Amino acid sequence: MSVECAPATPAEHTTPTAPTTPAGRDDHLPVPVTGWGRTAPSAALLVRPRTPEEAVAAVRRCGGRGTIARGLGRAYGDAAQNAGGAVLDMTSLDRIRTIDAEDGVVVCDAGVSLHRLMEVLLPLGWFVPVTPGTRYVTVGGAVCADIHGKNHHVSGSFSRHVLSLTLLTADGEVRTVTPGTELFDATTGGMGLTGVVLSAALRLHPVQTSLMAVDTERAADLDDLMARLTTGDDRYRYSVAWIDLLARGAATGRAVLSRGEHAPLDALPARARRRPLEFRPRQLPSAPGLIPGGLLGRPSVSVFNELWYRRAPRARRGRLQSIPAFFHPLDGVPHWNRVYGRDGFVQYQFVVGHGQEEALREVVRRVARRGCPSFLAVLKRFGEGDPGWLSFPLRGWTLALDVPAGLPGLGTFLDGLDEVVADAGGRVYLAKDSRLRPELLTVMYPGLDRFRALRARLDPRGVFVSDLARRLSL
Amino acid sequence: MKDAFGTPQTLLVLGGTSEIGLATARRLVARRARTVWLAGRPSPALDSAAAGLRGLGADVRTVPFDALDPSGHEELLGKVFAEGDVDMVLLAFGVLGDQAHDEARPLAAVRVAQTNYTGAVSSGLICAGALQAQGHGSLVVLSSVAGERARRANFIYGSSKAGLDTFAQGLGDALHGTGVHVMVVRPGSVRSRMTAGMVEAPLATTPDQVARAIEKGLRRRSETVWVPGALRVVMSALRHVPRPLFRRLPV
Repeated sequence: MSVECAPATPAEHTTPTAPTTPAGRDDHLPVPVTGWGRTAPSAALLVRPRTPEEAVAAVRRCGGRGTIARGLGRAYGDAAQNAGGAVLDMTSLDRIRTIDAEDGVVVCDAGVSLHRLMEVLLPLGWFVPVTPGTRYVTVGGAVCADIHGKNHHVSGSFSRHVLSLTLLTADGEVRTVTPGTELFDATTGGMGLTGVVLSAALRLHPVQTSLMAVDTERAADLDDLMARLTTGDDRYRYSVAWIDLLARGAATGRAVLSRGEHAPLDALPARARRRPLEFRPRQLPSAPGLIPGGLLGRPSVSVFNELWYRRAPRARRGRLQSIPAFFHPLDGVPHWNRVYGRDGFVQYQFVVGHGQEEALREVVRRVARRGCPSFLAVLKRFGEGDPGWLSFPLRGWTLALDVPAGLPGLGTFLDGLDEVVADAGGRVYLAKDSRLRPELLTVMYPGLDRFRALRARLDPRGVFVSDLARRLSL
Repeated sequence: MKDAFGTPQTLLVLGGTSEIGLATARRLVARRARTVWLAGRPSPALDSAAAGLRGLGADVRTVPFDALDPSGHEELLGKVFAEGDVDMVLLAFGVLGDQAHDEARPLAAVRVAQTNYTGAVSSGLICAGALQAQGHGSLVVLSSVAGERARRANFIYGSSKAGLDTFAQGLGDALHGTGVHVMVVRPGSVRSRMTAGMVEAPLATTPDQVARAIEKGLRRRSETVWVPGALRVVMSALRHVPRPLFRRLPV
């Protein structure tokens, strides 16, 4: 059975930048653009193609400083910025083309968000194969950053579930790209530098209900946490741990584990069983626009972390939670990134392989000792690495933490962490990066040389370029 | 490109032998700066400044630049920007002059004004245009507290810095929203060659402290930076002191 679908409503959180202009009009001015971390703004012409043809025209027409596709602006750093050039706002390419509700395959435009996919697919009994900590990312962004979710140890990264994509390349041609080809592996994780993803076919995951059955437990310290994750992860489809990075001494690395499954129909109470696939995310009011920096200092974050830890049950099984509450708690507060004030914030996410636990302990110790006011740091055990040349995941441990960018000496401190990570054969995540030392990139990403060679061949004029690419010489 | 903390990878210092300029360059080279352009009058001092930064691992190039020759600025600076993006321009040139001497020789006073003000207007506008075209970058302008309120002891220098300060503030507003950040730095008396042998003013500072303040200002994308920070309060009080009283103050 195939279902034709209406275009999405544009009522989502688009990025809080200036109004965009439809493609075809050149009388508009560059506007400042930043990533989700709100650091290092740069100005670019924002062009919003409404059809694939307009996207082709925009790429063919772009000037000497090139262009880059942008989705909902959830990359933390400068991945979707292009100073002095053009930025293609893809969020108007938002049609879901076909849904195969029997086999669980959806074909949609690159600008469709995972939020929209959930709205449409959950009532049909299907769920996106991979979701990150926010639903407000586009399919195109998910492919190009090769995102991962709480199910990486079972399902791998997003691109493992892509059956094919259409890619607009530098020569203005639209190509169909399938897994197993060089261009596919360069594009997944390629940060939009191989071309503009126009549409994708995704394999979906079947669900009986829209609720999650969640087990929660506390871990007293980092070693306890790693032991629990190692022994228990295989029993769960989704697994993640929240770490209190401000706890010191014996409590260093104390954490709350939250692991779960899609709840089967018979796990629901009778009332909920009447509408098992309902998806109605609730939202609080937006974070205000003008918040003084430094609000999230050590005292306030300590209190928050303490409460978060104490509030969690020591061990609780089978609690029913909604999808937004389990996967996307921060999506409940639109523009939550504003709480860091005008200085913005940096998210540091790295991965180190199994056997490199000492590097992870060292990073956690350093962060705790320095007292970085980081709330909601997240630890996850990755499964097998993914085929994308610049894909982030490696079999091992990944830790993500947010830190206010205004913190004195933070740049040098994070450089120190990079050394620990690189020495352990690990890497940092490009979709979150806004500050990596360029020299370390080749060490962290062995596929980089191939990537550069392919790009030189495919895009000799450098049509696709971003601030990230300039900063790190991708 | 600048990173999340505003640290540049490519730096252009106008006034390549300026002590504050070089102190700032050293700090930034220790972080992310890999390419440094030193613009100044060709001299052994400029070459040794370049050699010093090369020793720290930077790729340093010198450009012959004379603030007193605005007609050459466009071509000269154009060449620098043609080589690639410049993430930060530090407008660091300036002369103090000799107040007593210059009052008696108007042409010498004009030289101070032309270096500190006219030269900065010309090179500042050219750099601003180039930064705007590349869509990012910081223009850091070294002003002075001397421009905040006229003092009997140094009003020729002070007036040139007042002009520069106003120019840079306006330029910052003009460039707001273009991705280009303009930062006005107002140091107090800086212990350097320029002030060697002079009586030290209160709240004096050093080139290194100014460099540190510039690094912090870049991180916070500040528009005005006082060095030391306490000068902001002191000067806002002094600004309101009545003239008859101000004349008698031993400042």
